[in-house]
Amino acid sequence: MKILRSGIALIQDRGRLGYQAFGMGTAGACDQYAYRMGNLLVGNEHGEASLECILMGPTIEFEEDTVVAITGGNFSATLNGVEMGNWCSYRVNSGDTLELGGVMSGRMGYIAVAGGIDVPLVMGSRSTYVRAKIGGLDGRNLKNGDRLSIGSGNLLTAGRQLDDRYIPTYETDTTVRVVLGPQNDAFTEKGINTFLNSPYQVTNSCDRMGYRLQGDAIEHIKGADIISDGIPLGAVQVVGDNQPIIMLADRQTTGGYTKIATLVTADIPKVAQSSLDSIIRFKSICVSEAYMSYRQYEEQFKNLRWPEEQA
Amino acid sequence: MYDEPRFLPAGDRALIMELGDAIEEKCNNAIRSVVEAVEAQNIEGIEEAVPTYRSILFYYDPLVMDFYGITSTLKKLYDQLNVTSGTTGPTLVIPVLYGGEAGPDLGFVASHAHLSEDEVVTLHSSRDYLIYMIGFTPGFTYLGGMDDKIATPRLERPREHIPAGSVGIASKQTGIYPIDSPGGWQLIGLTPLKLYDPNREPPILPSVGEHVRFKPITKEEFDAIKVKVDEGAYQPTIIKVGEPA
Repeated sequence: MKILRSGIALIQDRGRLGYQAFGMGTAGACDQYAYRMGNLLVGNEHGEASLECILMGPTIEFEEDTVVAITGGNFSATLNGVEMGNWCSYRVNSGDTLELGGVMSGRMGYIAVAGGIDVPLVMGSRSTYVRAKIGGLDGRNLKNGDRLSIGSGNLLTAGRQLDDRYIPTYETDTTVRVVLGPQNDAFTEKGINTFLNSPYQVTNSCDRMGYRLQGDAIEHIKGADIISDGIPLGAVQVVGDNQPIIMLADRQTTGGYTKIATLVTADIPKVAQSSLDSIIRFKSICVSEAYMSYRQYEEQFKNLRWPEEQA
Repeated sequence: MYDEPRFLPAGDRALIMELGDAIEEKCNNAIRSVVEAVEAQNIEGIEEAVPTYRSILFYYDPLVMDFYGITSTLKKLYDQLNVTSGTTGPTLVIPVLYGGEAGPDLGFVASHAHLSEDEVVTLHSSRDYLIYMIGFTPGFTYLGGMDDKIATPRLERPREHIPAGSVGIASKQTGIYPIDSPGGWQLIGLTPLKLYDPNREPPILPSVGEHVRFKPITKEEFDAIKVKVDEGAYQPTIIKVGEPA
């Protein structure tokens, strides 16, 4: 396929796992839920590469027959000028044009194609990690005129539609579940209470590395610095200015700031899709409740049934 | 270093095993020994380990093993652990052009230490450093054991652009920037080696538990090595354990 107009788009998959001990960040799709559902809609195995679009989508001319699905944020996608729904798979033919605009709800969209986007694996992943200039296409965002080849997929998967109950809505005021820790003991009781009971607003300092929020100051006991420690996906880091940053796919592997809490896997996509000025609230749950949420999250991908498989 | 490890939850897919709260070789040796033992035993459910100076972040699959299962396995492993000393790894020799444009802060480090630039270079290059951890960016090595005399605080205002290969000092630590990045360390020199090269196998040169030795070189030697590195023909000097230096 040919990128006529790039918007802000880059190749992502489940992430580069197993190299964090060398300082190599995982990268990977920020909204893993939408990314995985996209692959399922076009009949791919988990882990095939898709395009992640951020705020502004691309225009693509297909140079082969395939199946495509758009998931995640609403980018007013059209196929040859005809409106396309999200969370459905469509048959496209060579010469067809897919056009995405600016985001209308959410922040990130995924374009999944049957067979996946075919770029070389780097350390087991096709994810673009711009900081290390690796993965995807030459380790960078796409630009106008780029050509991407795609793997061979099953064209019979066209016409799949995700059941309504699996389609998320992107709210401008959302509550996410966290497990307190690893460094919740570096905060005063007042600081923890503030964190759990105040609204935090999404600022314009948000990228694939992390989302910086703004709200009531979260009080430390002795300060924000710790001796460097690993940063898990979804960690809520509170730095010297007492404001939270939610760490996402392109986060650095280690860091020297306190982490008050960590988001549950199922709620990380809600953060990734939060638009500027929207509100995020934090709700503390215990580890066993978090496991329950994880089990439910994973089961969603297993419970899907498609019409052509039942025929 | 703590008497007993602490286990801290980090969401539903990760936990942190903390062995101490300071930068010390004993703790770092224990960290490395735990990681080696976990890798050797291939513990079910553990997917990835990210060691630091004094803690290990474990990613795990909660559908295979939960927090209590993982922590009790790790605790048992820790109690039976044979902590190895920090002197077992090979030593990677890193040629460095010190001072001048290659190391714009060498003068400041020298005046801060009340030494000459040559004395700083001699102190910096006359011992082997243990790689305590790799983090921040791909291949950024945090080295322990630098002479206290040349310890220098970070820059008050970090630089926006530091070239790959820069060798720096930040308080008692020294390290090498593997890729172009911002940063606040005092820069004393530059190596022509690529510590990180995504097109090479392995992409990242040193590993945790190995040692690094800096070898002062001239501008001519720097240029000659750089040509070889760019051609992919440079073989770094690695001194194995037991070999004479």
